[in-house]
Amino acid sequence: MSAHSHVEGQLPHEPEKATLEGRNKVLGFWLFLGGETVLFGTLFSAFLALRHQVLDGPHADELFKLPIVALATALLLTSSLTSVFAIHAMHVNKVKALISWLIVTVILGAGFLGLEIYEFYHYVHEGHGFTTSAFSSSFYTLVGFHGAHVAFGITWITLLILQLARKGLTVVTAPKVYVAGMYWHFIDVVWVFIFTVVYLMGKVV
Amino acid sequence: MAHAHTHTVKRYSGLMDWLTTVDHKKIGILYMIAGGFFFLVGGLEAILIRVQLWKPLNDFVSADTYNELLTMHGTTMIFLAAMPLIFALMNAVVPLQIGARDVAFPFVNSLGFWTFLFGGVLLNVSWFAGGAPDAGWTAYAPLAGTTYNGDHGIDYYVLGLQIAGIGTLIGGINFLVTIINMRAPGMTFMRMPMFTWTAFITSALILFAFPALAVGLAALMFDRLFDANFFDPSGGGNSVLWEHIFWIFGHPEVYILILPSFGVISEVISTFSRKRLFGYSSMVFATILIGFLGFMVWAHHMFTVGLGPVANALFSIATMLIAIPTGIKIFNWLFTLWGGSIKFTAANLFAVGFVPTFVMGGVTGVMLAAAPADFQYHDSYFVVAHFHYVIVGGLILGIFSGLHYWWPKMFGRVLNETLGKLTFWTFFIGFHLTFFIQHFLGLLGMPRRIWTYLDGLGFNEMNMISTVGAFLMGFGTIFFLLNVVVTSFKPKNAPADPWEDGRTLEWTIPSPPPEYNFAQTPLVRGYDAYWKEKEDGHSGMTPAEPIGPIHMPSPSILPFFMGLGLFIAGLGFMYAPDWGKLFGTLNAGYAVGIAGLLILFVCMFLRSVIDDHGFHIEEEEILRDLGGKA
Repeated sequence: MSAHSHVEGQLPHEPEKATLEGRNKVLGFWLFLGGETVLFGTLFSAFLALRHQVLDGPHADELFKLPIVALATALLLTSSLTSVFAIHAMHVNKVKALISWLIVTVILGAGFLGLEIYEFYHYVHEGHGFTTSAFSSSFYTLVGFHGAHVAFGITWITLLILQLARKGLTVVTAPKVYVAGMYWHFIDVVWVFIFTVVYLMGKVV
Repeated sequence: MAHAHTHTVKRYSGLMDWLTTVDHKKIGILYMIAGGFFFLVGGLEAILIRVQLWKPLNDFVSADTYNELLTMHGTTMIFLAAMPLIFALMNAVVPLQIGARDVAFPFVNSLGFWTFLFGGVLLNVSWFAGGAPDAGWTAYAPLAGTTYNGDHGIDYYVLGLQIAGIGTLIGGINFLVTIINMRAPGMTFMRMPMFTWTAFITSALILFAFPALAVGLAALMFDRLFDANFFDPSGGGNSVLWEHIFWIFGHPEVYILILPSFGVISEVISTFSRKRLFGYSSMVFATILIGFLGFMVWAHHMFTVGLGPVANALFSIATMLIAIPTGIKIFNWLFTLWGGSIKFTAANLFAVGFVPTFVMGGVTGVMLAAAPADFQYHDSYFVVAHFHYVIVGGLILGIFSGLHYWWPKMFGRVLNETLGKLTFWTFFIGFHLTFFIQHFLGLLGMPRRIWTYLDGLGFNEMNMISTVGAFLMGFGTIFFLLNVVVTSFKPKNAPADPWEDGRTLEWTIPSPPPEYNFAQTPLVRGYDAYWKEKEDGHSGMTPAEPIGPIHMPSPSILPFFMGLGLFIAGLGFMYAPDWGKLFGTLNAGYAVGIAGLLILFVCMFLRSVIDDHGFHIEEEEILRDLGGKA
C-alpha cells in the first residue's frame, strides 16, 4: 500500500488505480463531482427562476451572439477530446505524448476562457452589467462559476504538466492526471448544459 | 519497498502536534473540544434568551440583542456545535469500527477541521465587531439583504458559514471514501456496525446538501457585497428563491444531524442489552430511506408561503412517509431492549431516554406535516418545541450517550458513572421542563422569535417553568464538564473492552488505540465481529496479515494555514467598502482578501508539488506496544 512500491521504470497497468491512495483519490473525486453537480444544479435553478427578470437591461435574445458562443463551445469540446488522448497516452506509458496532449488541452481551454472574457466585456458595454437585473446577476454567476472552474482547471493542469516533466509518470503523478481529466470532462458537460439552457433557450424562449 | 524506510519525517509534540496532526483520533478530539466550546457558547445564548423571557415585558436584553442571541443560538448550535460533535464521534469511531488504520484522506480530514474552526471563529468575531447576525438562522431575504441589514452582521453569517461549510463538505467526502474503500477483509457492507452505516448515509447527505447551501450563501453574498439582485425584488430578484435554496439544504441537514445519533443509540442499546440489534437489515434500509426522503420534503418549511394546495399536499404526504422508516427504527430499539439483560449505565440512560423523547418530537412532526394544521402552528412556540424535541431530545441525548460510551476509547479513562447519571437526570428533566410546556405556549398563540410578551395572555407561568428547565439543562452540562475534569485526574487505565460487552471492532484494541489502530488488520467473520469471536470462545480477532511495518501519513501544518487564509480573505472582502484605499488606488479590504486567498493557493500549490512519502512505524515498535499492553 506504499505509494512507491513499484519497480522503477515498470509502470503498472492503469497506474492511477495501482495504489490504495490512487483508488481513494479517484473515488473521492467522483463523489466530489457529485457535489459539484448539486452546486451547478442550484445555480441553474436560480438562473431559470430569474432569467426573465431583465428590467431595463437588454433581453437574452438581443444580447447573445451565437457564432462566438459556438466557437467557444467547439474549443471546449475539442479540449475534452484532447484530454482523452492524454489519458490514453498515459495508459500506454507515453509521457511525451501525455504532456503534449495536456498542453493542447490547456491552450484550447485558455482560448475558451479568452472568448468568454471578451464576451463578458462586450455584454457590459451593451448595458448588461452584473448589477443590472436579476437576469444579469444570475447569468454572470452561473457562467462565471463555470469560467472560474475553467480557469482553475487550466492552472491545475499546467502545474501537473510541470510535475510530469520533473517527476515523470509514476503511481503518484498518474492519479493526479487522471483526476484532472475527470474534472475537465465535468466542466465540459456543464458547459453543454449552459450552452443549451442559457444560450439556445435564451434565443428561443 | 525497502527504500521507503529511509524517509524520515519530523514527528511533532505538544502544541505543534495538535496543529499538524492528521491522525483521525486526534482530529476527533479536536472536533470534540471545538464543538464542545461552541455548544457552551450556544447554550449560554439560550440561557440569556430564557432569562429575557422569564417574565412579561422584561428588559434584560434589548430587542436588537435578542435578535442577535436568537440568530446566533440557532446558527451556532446547528453548524458549530452539533455538526462538529458528530464529526468528533465519526472520527473517533468509524475507522476503528471498520478495521482501518486511518481515514482515506488524512490531510483532507485535518483541512476539514481547520476550515470548520476558522469559519466558526469568523462567525463569532461578529460579536466584537459591531453586531452579530440578527436575521434568524435561516437568514430569510429580504430581511437579510442590505436594505434591512446594512451592518456587517449578515456578512459574517454568509462568509463564516461558507468557510465552515467547505470543511463539512470535504469531511463528508472523506468518510464516504473511507467507508467504501478502507474496510478490513470480511467487513462487508451488511456487516458494518450501525453507527458506521449512519455515518455513511449522513456523509452522503452532506455531499448532496451542502453545495446547495454554498450557492445560496454565495448568492446572498453577491447581493450584499456586489449589489447583485438574486433575492431583491426591486432588482427583479425573488425572495422565495432563497427559501427554496436554504431548505433544500436545510431539511437534509436535520437528517445529517439525527442519523449519526440513531447510530449511536443502536450501538449503545445493543451493547447494554447484551443482544444483537433487532432487525439490523431493516435498520440499514430505514436509514437509507430516511436519507432519500430527506431530500423530498424541504417545502414543508414553506407551507404558509403560498405554493398552492397541490405542492402543499405532495410535500405533506412525503413528510408523513418519513414516519414509516423512523417508526421501524423505534420498534427495533424496543425489540432490542425486550428480553435483554439491560445495564443502565449513564450511556444507556441517555439512549433509553432518547427513545420516548424522540417519539414525541416525531409525533409533533407528523402534526406539523399536515399542511392545513400547520397554518395554525406556524411561527408559534409549537414549532420551537417540536424541533428542540428532535434536535436536543434526539441529537444531543445521542451525542451525550456516545460520549459516555466511547470516552474510554478516546481517552483511556472511563467517565464517572455517578456523575454521568446525575448529568442525565438533570439534563433530561430540565429538557422536558423547558420544551414540553412550549407546545402549549404555541397552541395558546405565543409567537416565536419575539423578544417579549404582554402580561395577562396566560403565558407567564409557562415561560417561568421553561426558564427554570433551561437552567437545569445548564446544570446538567456543568455536571458533565465536572465529570470530564474529575476523570482526567484518574489514572489512564481503561481496558480495551471497558464495558465487557463490546460487540464491535473498536473494543478489540487498546484504549486509547495506538497511532496505527490495528497492529494487524483483523479478519471479520460476521456482523458484531468481536461478539462473534467471543461467542466462539476466542479472546480476540483473527489477524488477516502478519505483523509488519505500517505506513503512516506525515503530519502537516498546511491545513491550518489554509483555514487561516480563508479566514483572512473573508474578513478582507467583508470590509472592502469600509477600509478605504491603500496606495491611492488599491482598496485595502480587497488587498487583505487577496492576500488571504494567496495564502490558500500557495498552500494548495505546496501540497500538490511536494510528494508526501509518509513514514513507517517499524515492527519492533509495534511488538513493543503489543508487549506493553497485553
